[in-house]
Amino acid sequence: MKKELSPEVVAVEKHGAERSHLIRILHEVQREYNYLPEKALRNIAAMMDISLVDVYGVATFFRSFSLEPKGKHMVTCCMGTACHVRNSGGVLDEAKRHLGIEPGETTGDMLFSLETVNCLGACALGPVVVVDDKYYGEMTPARVRKVLKKVAEEEGRGQDDQD
Amino acid sequence: MVKMTRIDSPSALEHYRRAIKEKRAKYVKTVSVCGGTGCQAHECGAVYEALRAALDENGLAKTVELRQTGCHGFCEMGPLMVIQPSGIFYKKVSPEDIENIVEASLKGNKVVEELVYEDPVSGEDIKKESQIPFYKKQKRLLMSMNGKIDPCNIEDYLAQDGYSALVKTLFEMEPTEVIDEVENAGLRGRGGAGVPTASKWKAARKAIARDGIKYVLCNADEGDPGAYMDRSLLEGNPHAVLEGMIIGAYAIGANEGYIYVRHEYPLAVDNLLVAIDQARELNLLGDDILGSGFSFDINVSIGGGAFVCGESTALMASIEGRIGEPRVKHIHTAEKGLYQRPTNLNNVETWANVSLIINQGAAKYKRVGTKNSTGTKIFSLVGAINNTGLVEVPMGITLREIIYDIGGGVPKGKKFKAVQTGGPSGGCLPESLLDTPVDFDRLYDVGSMMGSGGMIVMDEGTCMVDIARYFVDFLCDESCGKCVPCREGLKQMLYIIEDITEGRGTLEQLDLLKELAEVMRDTSLCGLGQTAANPVLSTLEYFENEYLEHIKMKKCRAGVCKSLITFNINPKKCTGCMRCRKACPVGAIKGKKKEAHIIVQEKCEKCGICFEVCEYKAVVRK
Repeated sequence: MKKELSPEVVAVEKHGAERSHLIRILHEVQREYNYLPEKALRNIAAMMDISLVDVYGVATFFRSFSLEPKGKHMVTCCMGTACHVRNSGGVLDEAKRHLGIEPGETTGDMLFSLETVNCLGACALGPVVVVDDKYYGEMTPARVRKVLKKVAEEEGRGQDDQD
Repeated sequence: MVKMTRIDSPSALEHYRRAIKEKRAKYVKTVSVCGGTGCQAHECGAVYEALRAALDENGLAKTVELRQTGCHGFCEMGPLMVIQPSGIFYKKVSPEDIENIVEASLKGNKVVEELVYEDPVSGEDIKKESQIPFYKKQKRLLMSMNGKIDPCNIEDYLAQDGYSALVKTLFEMEPTEVIDEVENAGLRGRGGAGVPTASKWKAARKAIARDGIKYVLCNADEGDPGAYMDRSLLEGNPHAVLEGMIIGAYAIGANEGYIYVRHEYPLAVDNLLVAIDQARELNLLGDDILGSGFSFDINVSIGGGAFVCGESTALMASIEGRIGEPRVKHIHTAEKGLYQRPTNLNNVETWANVSLIINQGAAKYKRVGTKNSTGTKIFSLVGAINNTGLVEVPMGITLREIIYDIGGGVPKGKKFKAVQTGGPSGGCLPESLLDTPVDFDRLYDVGSMMGSGGMIVMDEGTCMVDIARYFVDFLCDESCGKCVPCREGLKQMLYIIEDITEGRGTLEQLDLLKELAEVMRDTSLCGLGQTAANPVLSTLEYFENEYLEHIKMKKCRAGVCKSLITFNINPKKCTGCMRCRKACPVGAIKGKKKEAHIIVQEKCEKCGICFEVCEYKAVVRK
């Protein structure tokens, strides 16, 4: 059986073991696993000759890294000022209620993770919600619910609607 | 593209430039489709592909040049298309429009009327880009290039005489002459604080590098929410930033550079990497640039989503692969910065200004702007404004001119309330200060700051106490936690403001807020903490009434603070259509079909969906 190299081995070999590449390596490893598993952090620390504490420190300091597995679909609500003055708070509240999770959490069925971001720089479209890589502009609480329902339906998980 | 070969002299570069220009002379027309992030969200990619196919089909590919460019700035109207040389401007173009555009404007010289921009104020159709009020009052020295070049094709930049400032620098100027020129031009840092660029360069030049290594860095960690000009420059015109950095490196005597980009800007990272590769291939980066004997190369470093990394020492820590915490400032980064070596850091927009100064000379450069704030500044004009987008204006223009003449004022007939500049370190300015000229010093005088250039317009639907809460909440989240005044001060500040927005506030708390603000300003470690109270102080100064209303009358006049508002249904207007009842996520609305509905207050979570979906304006927010 052919043994495949783990994403952390691939990333460290690609960029080299200098510490300045740590953030980039963590980004790439996270892209593969969808999060940063403990095993991968241990491997990275060993390969790069950095203490695990330091790797853990960087992985927890920056908000784009997650030590928990993420859902299949990433829902990111922009909380930039331009979005805020156009009621992104209401949009986030509705996304939270609809999915039943707080930002940073993942639904029990691993279908959705909810995140907030400080500004995507797409201010003309605000409030912006990004689902996976698709930008949805001019969101309202009612519209974000529709978007989320549609994604769930495409997964064959259209919930029994209380409406 | 012509096969790229290493260029080893200025004359070889000019030869190459001429070849590019000659090759392009065959094109009769050029179509630019905006490919910035704003337009991409409006599916400009499909427009580009459809046009590409249509040009082939109609045999126009040899006479019409098609280009996907960076951000043109007028994001509100995207996807944008500009046809040159006529200057025809089309807004909100969709793939279905391509057939008409090809027939009318590319085969012929007519205009597709329905895609023409209509001035919301006069109702007039405006066919040309240069005539549109949004662009007319701007001074687009940096941004104009975005519409002319494909950022992934270095030939486009060369065809616009790109890298000519670099040639002049390397072959006609001494390093100190470069610094003098930048000093005479009066260039100040566009990232926020407005430090004179030349003084930073001088310090870094003077600093002694023990092992001969100095660094030149570019801060592209554009973290201020509501600001996206740096992203647009990197996405749309990366070579302007690279050229500036190479010139700066030559002036300082550095051979290695880093660009630190937020990971939230994937397109900027991609375009930057392509630009660096192409510059290396042509010998504009790397060893012995253009045969001058000067060597310099640039790496791209990607952030991890921490606002504090826009702070210089935190940014350097992050490039080194460490936690992005700032350090005390008595050790200057010019002497001990990245890896403890002499380092110079400038912002994206600052770097983009450098080649402009070298090309046209300091004297001409400073004709634009005011005495102490020369040149232009790019702002992202967003929020409650008709013409959202990036605007580049001469410094000294008033806020009123930007908001009303360029931005077209506040939409939906609502009243202007405030404009916020300077991001989380800046402040909110009221209508009475709209005639303030925009320059570094004047904005500071009135309690705000230039910052990186976010300009968020707020109307009567914005609660100023909530805005203060928003920024404090933002900073609370983004404080790195290293020093106590910032970490704990922000937390206490947030508690107090939340008390006020939730109807528990007292008048004594306002004094406490001011006291906290002073302590944080005087004792925090870095700029983030020192300026963190500005949004609170400026709203307290200019909008104290709103704080008092929240505290004394438990009233939020903008209808934003949930604890202080209620939703009700006006039975006279309600038709019993069931729309709100179906939409209510918590089942708080009762009522039968064709009978007036009511909202059960105990269940209502005040999400406002009923208010949003009601077509009869029967839902009242108070």
